[in-house]
Amino acid sequence: MGVVSVAENVPVIQLDEVTKVYETGSFTVAALRGVSMTIDEGEYVAIMGPSGSGKSTLMHILGCLDVPSNGTYLLAGENVSGMNESQLASVRNRRIGFVFQQFNLLASLNAWRNVELPLTYAGVDRTERRQRAIQALERVGLGDRVQHRPGELSGGQQQRVAIARALVSDPALILADEPTGALDSTSARDVMALLDELQASGRTVVLITHDADVADMAERTVRLRDGLILPDRELVR
Amino acid sequence: MSWLDTFRTGLEAVRTHRMRSGLTVLGIMIGIAAVILTVGLGQGAQNQVSSEINALGTNLLTISPGSTTSSSGIRGGFGSASTLTGTDATALASKRTAPDIKAVAPIASSSETVTAGSSNWTTTVNGTTPRWETVRSRSVTSGRFIDNQDVTDHTAVAVLGSDTASELFSGADPVGQTVNVNGVPLTVIGVLNTVGSSSSSSTANQDDQVIVPITTATARIFGSTSLSSILIQSTSSSTLTAAYQEADTELLNLHGITTASGADFTIASQASLVTTATSVDKTLTILLGGVAGISLLVGGIGVMNIMLVSVTERIREIGLRKALGATPPIIRRQFLLEASMLGLTGGAVGILLAVLGAQLLPHAIGYPITLSIAASAGALAVAIAIGVIFGVYPASRAARMAPIDALRSE
Repeated sequence: MGVVSVAENVPVIQLDEVTKVYETGSFTVAALRGVSMTIDEGEYVAIMGPSGSGKSTLMHILGCLDVPSNGTYLLAGENVSGMNESQLASVRNRRIGFVFQQFNLLASLNAWRNVELPLTYAGVDRTERRQRAIQALERVGLGDRVQHRPGELSGGQQQRVAIARALVSDPALILADEPTGALDSTSARDVMALLDELQASGRTVVLITHDADVADMAERTVRLRDGLILPDRELVR
Repeated sequence: MSWLDTFRTGLEAVRTHRMRSGLTVLGIMIGIAAVILTVGLGQGAQNQVSSEINALGTNLLTISPGSTTSSSGIRGGFGSASTLTGTDATALASKRTAPDIKAVAPIASSSETVTAGSSNWTTTVNGTTPRWETVRSRSVTSGRFIDNQDVTDHTAVAVLGSDTASELFSGADPVGQTVNVNGVPLTVIGVLNTVGSSSSSSTANQDDQVIVPITTATARIFGSTSLSSILIQSTSSSTLTAAYQEADTELLNLHGITTASGADFTIASQASLVTTATSVDKTLTILLGGVAGISLLVGGIGVMNIMLVSVTERIREIGLRKALGATPPIIRRQFLLEASMLGLTGGAVGILLAVLGAQLLPHAIGYPITLSIAASAGALAVAIAIGVIFGVYPASRAARMAPIDALRSE
């Protein structure tokens, strides 16, 4: 359960001419105007761009939180472009581990109960959930904070709980949206080191950020502007 | 996600917001308790009235005179005719024509002022035969009841109800004393047992009356031979219908009436008396139950309100759960379950409150409360239904929420 085996040569992410148009009353806003990109298994990619560049929209589409207006998106070979809400929920549950800027932990639940949430929705039984949640917490160095509630943890520790939650279902993709945005520089370095470590152990990590220093940690940077991916040569400049 | 996990999540949400959940439960609780108690109160009043009527005697039929139509075409009210006579009573008592009738007691009744020394008291004077005692299931606590000799001899004697006795003689033993009715001096020979004063207007106070021999009443006091009613007791409860038929046929014959619709008398059974007497209580129960039902509805709206607040307050949580893989049906199920938990808890506590109230309230208001299991079970089902019905809208709102909008909200 939960372990996704991606066949050889199948990229984790395959975007083909993806557009996203928002209709707000009388006028329309094209947030993405034809984005094509491929991310292979084990890659560590940073998506960068100023606000309004469409990077949030891209993150939502990559995270299956939204569907493209046009174009196709294959996630681990599975076409998610035309899926309904329940199917998308299932794909998110199986394939994607989210790390949010604001951690998004549930304050009423302790660390392991927060981490087990994706497994709950996957239908894993309680004993196994607890075991895997504790393993994931140990993996991020919080083996001694299993019973702590988010309020009793520092910002850095909370983000590590969130990373444990992203890992616990063994997803094909870890999608981190400004993971260091709400952290001080020491905690931010810790979190970046952890993501680095995860990538080194074979995970596919996609990082969305506006911070060039953070983006530099990744192997590859994709820059967005006005809903389009900038050619690599502009990066060099 | 398994039902157990959904249940656990719902329970945690209810527990996390203790104050809010408690207040919601309070609304439902009050509604449920009010409904159960009003229904119980109505039921209690009905039971009381029917037991009072049944205390008037068992397997009883009451024959009353019908209405009259004068030559000018004016129709008198029910009981205004003087169509029942002593002959009717004698005929009905015959074992040959009416084998299912066990006892017959003719009654000539009038409201009279009774005086004893300097005290006077207006009460019902009933002229009847010794049979009255068995038919009405009464007895005397002191002295004796009238006997056949008294009836034959037109003896000037009287048996007093316990209330009448205390009004006229204020505690002194009335047996052997003299009372005056319409100028006729009567010797008190006995006092009837106390049956408890009737609290409802549907039956007269059975402890406030004067019993005299029927012959004394008609010939010496009232000066009229017509009867106000004839009481008939059947041999058993199973022969009540047969007794009714026999009395009906016999009286139609005696009065020379050929069509049933032309009958100048009415025969009423205890059951019909109970139905008439309790119909008012029933109406009142429905009315009060309606008011209580509205309070239950208000409680239900409270659940909806709280659930809507809960959905709004937990937008981020819903968004996160959706991002982590909760499908819309799972979210809907979770909120529905939470709402029905509130309803169920409110219902259960409400029933407890009603049971407690049923024990304590009768002491304060003097009315019995009869709780029925059916009403309680019904109320509990209604409470859960309220939770579910009023939870549907908030739950579907939560389920429809787009995960990104939910996550974005601060």
